[in-house]
Amino acid sequence: MSASLQNDPSLAVPAPAKESRGGSLGPVRNLGLVIALVILCVVGIITAGDRFASTDNVVTILRLAAVTGVVAVGMTFVITGGGIDLSVGAILALASVWATTTGTQDMADSIGWIAMVFSALLVGTCAGVINGVLIAYGKVVPFIATLAMLASARGLAEVIADRKTQIIRNQGFTDFFGAEPAGIPVIVIIFAVVTAAGWFLLNRTTFGRRTFAVGGNPEAARLAGIKVQRHTVYLYALSGLTCGIAAVMLMSRTTTGSSTHGTGLELQTIAAVVIGGTLLSGGRGTVTGTLLGVVIFTTLTNVFTLNNLSTSTQAVANGVIIVIAVLLQQQIANRKT
Amino acid sequence: MPQPLLEMRGIVKEFPGVRALDGVDLVVRAGEVHCLLGQNGAGKSTLIKILSGAHDVDEGTILWNGDPVSFADPQAALATGIATIYQELDLIDGLSVADNIYLGHEKARGGVTRDRDMNRSARELLRRLGHPEIRPTREVGSLSAAGKQIVSMARALSRSAQVIVMDEPSAVLDPDEVDGLFRVVEDLRSSGAAIIYISHRLEEIRRIGDRLTVLKDGRTVATDLPARETPTAELVTLMTGRTVSSVFPRRTTTLPEGAPLLSVDALTRPGEFADVSFDVRPGEIVGIAGLVGAGRSEIIETVYGARRAASGSVTVAGRPLHNGSVSAAVSAGLGLCPEERKSQGLVLDDAVYRNISLASLDRFAQYGISREGAERRAAHEAARSVDVRPDDPNRIIRTLSGGNQQKVVLARWLLRSCKVLLLDEPTRGVDVGARAEIYALIRELADSGVALVIVSSDIDEVLGLSDRVLVVADGRVVHDGPSDAIDASGVLDRILAEHDSTPIQEEDIA
Ligand SMILES: Nc1ncnc2c1ncn2[C@@H]1O[C@H](COP(=O)(O)OP(=O)(O)OP(=O)(O)O)[C@@H](O)[C@H]1O
Ligand SMILES: [Mg+2]
Repeated sequence: MSASLQNDPSLAVPAPAKESRGGSLGPVRNLGLVIALVILCVVGIITAGDRFASTDNVVTILRLAAVTGVVAVGMTFVITGGGIDLSVGAILALASVWATTTGTQDMADSIGWIAMVFSALLVGTCAGVINGVLIAYGKVVPFIATLAMLASARGLAEVIADRKTQIIRNQGFTDFFGAEPAGIPVIVIIFAVVTAAGWFLLNRTTFGRRTFAVGGNPEAARLAGIKVQRHTVYLYALSGLTCGIAAVMLMSRTTTGSSTHGTGLELQTIAAVVIGGTLLSGGRGTVTGTLLGVVIFTTLTNVFTLNNLSTSTQAVANGVIIVIAVLLQQQIANRKT
Repeated sequence: MPQPLLEMRGIVKEFPGVRALDGVDLVVRAGEVHCLLGQNGAGKSTLIKILSGAHDVDEGTILWNGDPVSFADPQAALATGIATIYQELDLIDGLSVADNIYLGHEKARGGVTRDRDMNRSARELLRRLGHPEIRPTREVGSLSAAGKQIVSMARALSRSAQVIVMDEPSAVLDPDEVDGLFRVVEDLRSSGAAIIYISHRLEEIRRIGDRLTVLKDGRTVATDLPARETPTAELVTLMTGRTVSSVFPRRTTTLPEGAPLLSVDALTRPGEFADVSFDVRPGEIVGIAGLVGAGRSEIIETVYGARRAASGSVTVAGRPLHNGSVSAAVSAGLGLCPEERKSQGLVLDDAVYRNISLASLDRFAQYGISREGAERRAAHEAARSVDVRPDDPNRIIRTLSGGNQQKVVLARWLLRSCKVLLLDEPTRGVDVGARAEIYALIRELADSGVALVIVSSDIDEVLGLSDRVLVVADGRVVHDGPSDAIDASGVLDRILAEHDSTPIQEEDIA
């Protein structure tokens, strides 16, 4: 429906009948993304040849995609549930710093590196719960609540780390997460597991069904007996948890914890989620789309890096690709009806 | 006398600035259909929202089988055994039919949904409601208003509740579907459930009701009346506090002969309607009768340019309209008062007067700057003419009762001084008293030379109000003639004849 029609409610008419199933948006909508990805790969092969089309490079792309991808899965839930989470990057930074303080690392030395993982997940989830409580019970707009969290979580991370990069000295941790069984890095495996779990949770569980409901029409969800506020808290907690997981992944990739980790992550993930086909206004979401979105952006970065192009050109290309992907999706969706 | 299943005593509910309920009593027994009557804004929906846990109560008690209960949230009421079909459709557009039906009580094992089970039982429920053609996997947002209403009903049934509240369930249904609804209501009644039934259509209450309670201005004015025997005049007087005489105003002037103002020729949209032609002369009211899903709304939306016609043309005052362009239609003097007010008609969080003037802003603006005073005055007058209550142009639409919201949509198009006005279900959910006033107003418009097209599921309304009636069945015009030459059963016969000769479409209700 065109913007002008939407602005004048008196003229608005329901969109023509759609045949897609609500939860798992059909393969049709993802087709545009697949086409975009294919075009990108073709460009990569033409411009960089074997440097692009090698197993090593594919693994590199996936490793780069992993951190953003995990956070984007959490973001998909929040946005489908009618919210937004601007604090993901900051939470990631806080979790990475918290998990690499001397205190935590000493504990890790005595009881095992799992202590670091556990504290990262815990910090992420707690920050998410605070977001959720502020939004659901404090009635703070998601944009503002998570913006405040963005500022304060990164601030707190700076205070804790004293603006220094904290090196991970626990060998067990770096060994475990640095491993590459069968040539696949552990963090890529985590990425795959989180994505699969996210897909299952959104499409095959009552939690997922209720997420669509809460995002699509909170009042109707409430009348159907859903505890909307509690569910909202769960959604932000989930997003926080994925930030914790991503923090662990980034810690292993860089062997550091730092208050500058995850800068700009919120924009990358939101962009990936939205071009994936999840509605910013809530009620519709797709993990598969998000996955494609993340891979597209990472591949783009990769192609640019291989061709030694500047990050500024890349930023422009990112913008263009968002528009193209969305346009393609709409074209296909329209033709279908 | 056995213990009543449900008793509500001295219920008081205050909203900022209004006392919506001021000591209401309602007593419902198991195995009865209890009708709730009252004018728009009397407090019916508020009362049932308190019962369903959607609103908190300020004062009063609720007894369930004699024991006091309180419902903090909808979950609590549903768990007790009270399921509600709300007046505003309350479905999630992005979810499938089955998901909507089982929302909040999904069939699941350990949190994992069992979609196949849900689809199967959803199909069962829809069949029980007489609508096997609605596929459980279909997205609810793509259904028509009537389809959505049926899904809401299926949802209430899926709760196997002891009390089922229905707030104007028939408003968007056609007679056929109302029959289906009533069969289900009777089933429920004989299985011992109690039904609280709200409707502005008295003939429905006669057919299905056992006892009734009348509300007026937030108070119970009569209760325990027999639904079948109480004379209509008495009910109307109880509801309105006055007597309402003849409903349909007759035409006072003779229809001017002359060229048609609106002329629709062989309009076609495959799958929706085909080869629709009709003319409307200035001053004429043409009614479109037919079942929901027959393509009536689609036809007038296409005339209006909101949908693009595959072939055919629309001509206004001799000039053909650009296909599929609302702005062309609007500048040619067309207006459409849409069917679904919540999604299509109203800015819910804005004031009454601003909603009314929305379609006529040009009239009140000079160099793009609006003249508030004139705008407010004219809008207020339009609101009065359709009897919007309370009479306060600054009220926020969301806080109006359902029927009063409908009146606001109507007022907007009445204010707009169109040459051709298309009205889709103009009196849905409007009470008896206000309806008579709206009919009079529509007739006045016609007398002043406006060409009107009216779509309504209420056959009596179409016949009573219009000069000429088109009967539409399965997307085709099957009858076109003066409305005094045909009666309700004649219309139904035409529809059924067409139905028998064509196979019923799979997506009839869409
Ligand atoms: N959320 C609200 N805030 C403020 N006032 C409200 C709200 N909801 C309802 N009201 C007011 O309460 C009164 C009763 O409204 P209610 O919706 O119960 O009427 P109703 O009997 O259902 O009417 P209708 O037949 O039009 O549906 C009206 O005056 C209405 O304006
Ligand atoms: Mg009501």
